[in-house]
Amino acid sequence: MKAPAFDYQRPRDLAAAAAALRGASGNAKLLAGGQSLLPMLNLRLARPGILVDISRIEELRGIEDRGDALRIGAAVTHAELEDRPLAGGAMLREVAHGIAYRSVRNRGTIAGSMAHADPAADWPLALAVLGATLIVDGAQGRRTMPAGDFMQGPFTTRLADGDIIIAVDVPKLSRGARFGYYKFCRKTGEFPEASAAAVFDPETKQARLYVGALPGAPQPLDDLAYDLAERGLPALTEAAVDRAVAQIPNLEPIARRMQRAAVTRAVRQAFAA
Amino acid sequence: MEDQVKGQSSGQGIGARVPRKEDARLMRGRGNYVSDIILPNQSEVAFLRSPLAHAVLRGITKPQGLEGSVYVAADLTGVKPMEAPCTVPNYKISVQHPLAHEKVRFVGELVAMAVAPTRAAAEDICERIEVDLDELPALVDAHEARRSATRVHDAWDDNLYLTLNYDNGFDEHARNAPVVVEREINMSRQAMVPLEGKAIVADWDHRADQLVVYTSTQVPHVIRIGLAEMLGIGEGQIRVIAPDVGGGFGYKCVLQPEEVCVAWLALTHKRPFRYVEDRREHLIAGANSRQHNYKLKAYADERGRLLALDAEVTIDGGAYSNWPFTVALEPGQATGNLPGPYDFRGYRCKTYCVATNKPGFLPYRGVARTSVCFAIELMIDAIARKVGREPWDVRNENLVQPQAMPYNNVARKHYDSGDYPKSLLAVRQDIDFETWRARQKQGEADGRRIGIGFATYCEQSAHGTSVFAAWGLPLIPGYDQATVRLLPDGSLEVRVGIHSHGQGMETTLAQIAHEILGVDISRIRVVHGDTGQTPFSTGTYASRSIVMTGGAVAKTCEALVPRLLAIGAHLMQCASNTVSMMPGRVVGPQASVSLKDIAEAWYRRPQLLPPDVDVNGLEATVGYRPQVDTGVFSYASHAAVVAVDPEVGDIEILDYVIAEDCGRMVNPMVVDGQTMGGATQGIGTALFEESPYDANGQPLASTFMDYLLPGPTEVPKFRIRHSETLSPYTAFGIKGMGEGGAIAPPAVLFNAVNDALRGLGVEVAETPLTPRRLLAAIEGARPKEPQP
Ligand SMILES: Cc1cc2nc3c(=O)[nH]c(=O)nc-3n(C[C@H](O)[C@H](O)[C@H](O)COP(=O)(O)OP(=O)(O)OC[C@H]3O[C@@H](n4cnc5c(N)ncnc54)[C@H](O)[C@@H]3O)c2cc1C
Repeated sequence: MKAPAFDYQRPRDLAAAAAALRGASGNAKLLAGGQSLLPMLNLRLARPGILVDISRIEELRGIEDRGDALRIGAAVTHAELEDRPLAGGAMLREVAHGIAYRSVRNRGTIAGSMAHADPAADWPLALAVLGATLIVDGAQGRRTMPAGDFMQGPFTTRLADGDIIIAVDVPKLSRGARFGYYKFCRKTGEFPEASAAAVFDPETKQARLYVGALPGAPQPLDDLAYDLAERGLPALTEAAVDRAVAQIPNLEPIARRMQRAAVTRAVRQAFAA
Repeated sequence: MEDQVKGQSSGQGIGARVPRKEDARLMRGRGNYVSDIILPNQSEVAFLRSPLAHAVLRGITKPQGLEGSVYVAADLTGVKPMEAPCTVPNYKISVQHPLAHEKVRFVGELVAMAVAPTRAAAEDICERIEVDLDELPALVDAHEARRSATRVHDAWDDNLYLTLNYDNGFDEHARNAPVVVEREINMSRQAMVPLEGKAIVADWDHRADQLVVYTSTQVPHVIRIGLAEMLGIGEGQIRVIAPDVGGGFGYKCVLQPEEVCVAWLALTHKRPFRYVEDRREHLIAGANSRQHNYKLKAYADERGRLLALDAEVTIDGGAYSNWPFTVALEPGQATGNLPGPYDFRGYRCKTYCVATNKPGFLPYRGVARTSVCFAIELMIDAIARKVGREPWDVRNENLVQPQAMPYNNVARKHYDSGDYPKSLLAVRQDIDFETWRARQKQGEADGRRIGIGFATYCEQSAHGTSVFAAWGLPLIPGYDQATVRLLPDGSLEVRVGIHSHGQGMETTLAQIAHEILGVDISRIRVVHGDTGQTPFSTGTYASRSIVMTGGAVAKTCEALVPRLLAIGAHLMQCASNTVSMMPGRVVGPQASVSLKDIAEAWYRRPQLLPPDVDVNGLEATVGYRPQVDTGVFSYASHAAVVAVDPEVGDIEILDYVIAEDCGRMVNPMVVDGQTMGGATQGIGTALFEESPYDANGQPLASTFMDYLLPGPTEVPKFRIRHSETLSPYTAFGIKGMGEGGAIAPPAVLFNAVNDALRGLGVEVAETPLTPRRLLAAIEGARPKEPQP
């Protein structure tokens, strides 16, 4: 399959990109790494008249240490996050390393992944559990959106037409904080069948726990996270995991079984001494 | 045997681990494939394919203004439909028009073709073609299709291509059997997924007055015959060239409708056209292999000795029977090979090959044997569990013993030679069976379960005239020939009609020529893949090329020896009975002359030749076929250890060993490579690859998102051990082995998983063993069977 004809633009800065989107009145799509968009173009499932390539815009390519958070430019690739050790960003590095395989990571971007909103993708789960915030620019002006409720369903987000994700602010993990990230893939580089992520800070006694690879957006398991934060690993009983996973709607029994394992394993990583 | 010593000592002859000559270009990305061929004024072709599995084709409307760029069945004037007859009683012929005519019978069937300067533009045109289809009920399940009143082919009185009934001593041997084990076993449909799909460039050569068809095929001469028949022109007017081919696996051993269409365009318009299949087309229209269902009843004694086997085999044959091998090959090979390497005397097998609304079944690496091996090997383990013994022991006791060779199996397959128990013992030792059994008893700290599996198979290879003639196919392999020519500079040219597309035959055939003539293999050029340059052969399939063409190369080189000796003796002024061949030279009592000197005399200084010189010179073509042409049987045992994660359904292969025997190895490194490649595909069949359909016959895995292949991280490091039991029937005792690796992995891995899950009372018997299938089995586990 070859894509139908389209125009291609490579604006030099964010303002030009925004103008290009506005000018196309709904007929344009942003192109970042192209790892999700281009296959859809080739399969003729997406047919934008114009591709606005933002992958080389400098303003979107930076990684900034803002003290309590890391600001990751929208067009930063998975590979860049994999290669670059960031203080307080160890989880970003591990998650990036586990996405697909290197040739996909070389091009795919953090914001492209969020905007594409595949329920099984890594960033929507990881950024949710990390409590990250997306910075979005568009007709309604510049605003922020919490990563945790950014995805509205499979392949749908809170972005409005013409919106551009500019960056993602990821709160740094404290020095004592630990994380767990487990996904079960049929083979290396595949999207997972089940996934879970956990973050635990023993000092503040705070924990967050999310499940991914669901029929819809990643889901928080707040009750279990709360118990774990209070009582540590002893709270991780089979019954507790069962109860937590049972709250997730629309899961058939086999998916439930896999997710139970994913939750258990992610929690063990985060809470093991 | 002196010849062999010669070759061995030079490090290049039969048995030497010579690096592959073709790798110099292939490993540098300098291979030349059909898609690399770009001719001036070439148009691109895109096919519009059926979106429905089964429908009446009411009409096709070409887009306005583009009528000249679109072709439908009615436009292909002079093109005959593809019909492959077969003389097996009650076989029914399917009529396949290259572009659909009156009906569409599977999703992906060619409906129309569009021509444009680029592929994207041709696809744009396809989008604008309107097809008027009246949907019919789709036959998706072979069992239902057997009973359904709906017909895939309206002229038939049922949906059966063929039913085979075989009975040899079944009642007599089953009657008093104390143990009966019954199972249903399923191998799912899959695609073959060569790295390179179909690819065709066709052009008209005005100087040669020929249609030149570059196509990615295993069988260039067969394609020429097929095209001549379908297009209704003389064979001399067609030249088929198969350049580098990125994998065949059987997908490219038959005439493809796309080949007929693109060739017709070039024939009609006298200019070049190109079509390259993409992955989506492959996964949809090429979902054409492996799908077998087995209902088996094994009769055994208390120790698990197999006495008789009752089988009902159902093969989902898809919508069309291919030309020239027909879909009958699959049920034929299934019925004959199901008994496997086992010695038992009662066998009844009913095999149904059913037409359905899916792509027509093609012979994939292993042809039926991957499925039958899966079926019989799962049964052996099931019998062992039933009688409470180690599967290894039961398997070992049932194997045909070496002293019984040659052995006629219960389905009258003739096993020429081999020591099957020896290979089974070898893998038991290599896998370190006792250690794993001990560890298995202890259990794993991470909750995973260890399992150990074995399988043994034998692989019919290079089966020839008598086998194919019994099926009465349109084209039956006979003798293979080679043309060998010593060039004026003393180098050698070997021309063969087979095709090498990964098998390394540019190297192994050179090794065979070297074995006889001693020419350095760097100076031996093997020419293949061009009907304009090579002698006829039915091509590369059925693990036949090294036996057939290898034999022909040897015989042809041998035919040159007396001619070389005579000229050499004359040049040295000595009697011809005093000279002999040494590597690259003719040696006399006092002196020697090189082949180059002899070649120079023949080509450039004929005044030096003896008066009674053989006027046929330094070039010969000789044909070859083994003394017994029913096939020679390679065999192997595989063993694997797996760790099964019962919470998520993951299967990790911890170790995998193979003990194989393909007679004399021409190049053990090539045998290793073929074995690893095949075994990797077998792992795909076992754990990953599947082409599922919904109830309407819509394919559900049309990209690599949904169709999974094993990658480097899923494939273990195979440890391979060889032995060499020479075939009594072939040159050098060689046996074919190109398919073997792909046969055993599903059997081994399922046996290993079943071994791992024994305690849970779980038994799996349907490929691929996805995490979901595995977990479904665990969740629905039957009550426990007694433990050994
Ligand atoms: C073989 C393969 C395996 C993969 N495996 C995984 C995996 O294991 N885990 C995983 O998480 N992902 C996986 N992916 C997806 C990969 O991570 C993609 O890179 C990612 O989903 C999309 O990012 P991109 O930069 O390529 O976006 P594109 O493909 O360029 O764009 C995707 C969508 O996002 C929009 N978009 C892009 N940037 C912005 C922006 N700044 N603001 C608003 N909208 C924007 C585009 O318009 C488009 O709609 C895989 C992809 C492939 C091809």
